Amino acid sequence: MKDLEHLLREHPFASGLPSAALSLLVGCASNVQYEPGEYLFRTGEPADRFFILRHGEVAVEVYAAGRGRITIETAGEGDVLGWSWLVPPHRWLFDGRAITLTRAIALDGACLRAKCEANHDLGYELLKRVTHVMAERLTSARLQVLDLYGDGSGDVV
Amino acid sequence: MLPVPYRVQRRRQESHDTFTLELSRSGSAPGLEFAPGQFNMLYAFGAGEVPISISGDPARPDVIAHTTRVVGGVTRVLSRLRRGGTVGLRGPFGNGWPLEQSRGRDVVIVAGGIGLAPLRALLYALTANRGRFARIALVYGARTPEDVLFGAELERWRTSADVEIAVTVDRATESWAGRVGVVTALLRRLSFDPANAVGMICGPEVMMRYAAAELLSRGVAPDSIFLSIERNMKCAVGHCGHCLFGPLFICRDGPVFPYERVETTLRVAEL
Repeated sequence: MKDLEHLLREHPFASGLPSAALSLLVGCASNVQYEPGEYLFRTGEPADRFFILRHGEVAVEVYAAGRGRITIETAGEGDVLGWSWLVPPHRWLFDGRAITLTRAIALDGACLRAKCEANHDLGYELLKRVTHVMAERLTSARLQVLDLYGDGSGDVV
Repeated sequence: MLPVPYRVQRRRQESHDTFTLELSRSGSAPGLEFAPGQFNMLYAFGAGEVPISISGDPARPDVIAHTTRVVGGVTRVLSRLRRGGTVGLRGPFGNGWPLEQSRGRDVVIVAGGIGLAPLRALLYALTANRGRFARIALVYGARTPEDVLFGAELERWRTSADVEIAVTVDRATESWAGRVGVVTALLRRLSFDPANAVGMICGPEVMMRYAAAELLSRGVAPDSIFLSIERNMKCAVGHCGHCLFGPLFICRDGPVFPYERVETTLRVAEL
């Protein structure tokens, strides 16, 4: 079975990190597993972690009265899930619910923030990587709100 | 250049606004050979003529299928046709998807909305010759679960033709157990060999630009990414100029283009 350091090094989020930085990351990491229907996080709770999904799918949801759960995005294998751990007030803005059996590496946000404060080189490296994840999410959200398939632009006539 | 009368053999409602017409010539007239990716001009009597991609099986030239959405006066008239109705047909026109160039390679297909229609003809051709290609993957984005097209065929290709299929929707209700999000997110998760892959994309132009960018970022070569571009085709033979796209006639030089040939032009808002 691969250890956490090996798993993290193979993932694009951590690939290329110097060994010392990777070791610091591993020090804040743990393996977690969620059954279908189980919540990884809930709106308003402290965002004390983020996740690198190794297996399974997670629905990022918001609950709306009268409409029930609305899925905004489905995260899957390989995705990095969560950036609220880095941005005050460090509270989850959405719910994250496992759709299928989900295995992930959980990274402790408070642990990482403390290490980033103490080691700005690590902090800058992590910030670049989290910013990349945020940029991808932002681009996806912008494309989604364009409602591209609803305006006829994909049609011949 | 003259339309040939075809009879509607079957009409199928694919979603609330999308339908398929299966057309055949009467009597013992020969079928219509076509390449996946080509289009026909369909003439609705009294309403006008529109270009529509062929969505049917290239191995069945006797049954010409067109899947389209009701977006204007002509397509509205076409949508009202029933079995036995008549349309005029000119075609097939344009080029097709690069099947020969894809032999032995991973084929990554990206469809958005009604863009799945011309790719359906491609999937028929790929699955009929499954051994000629390495991995075949389709990532498909639709507006809502109710807008997902060709569900039964997607399932058949997934289970019996070794086609990896991932479907996502922009918006869903609680009853949808599938994925929500954009197709580019699915592309990021897809496993394939970029150095030996061909990408084929059809959908709204914005979606195609982002899908092409994602394939490029994964390492697929610009000359191995193909887009089907749909514009205002009128004559279908490169004479009238309605579909002029920079230096290209979509109807004659396309509708399928290598990305490197249209990348710059796609960013020109005035075209």
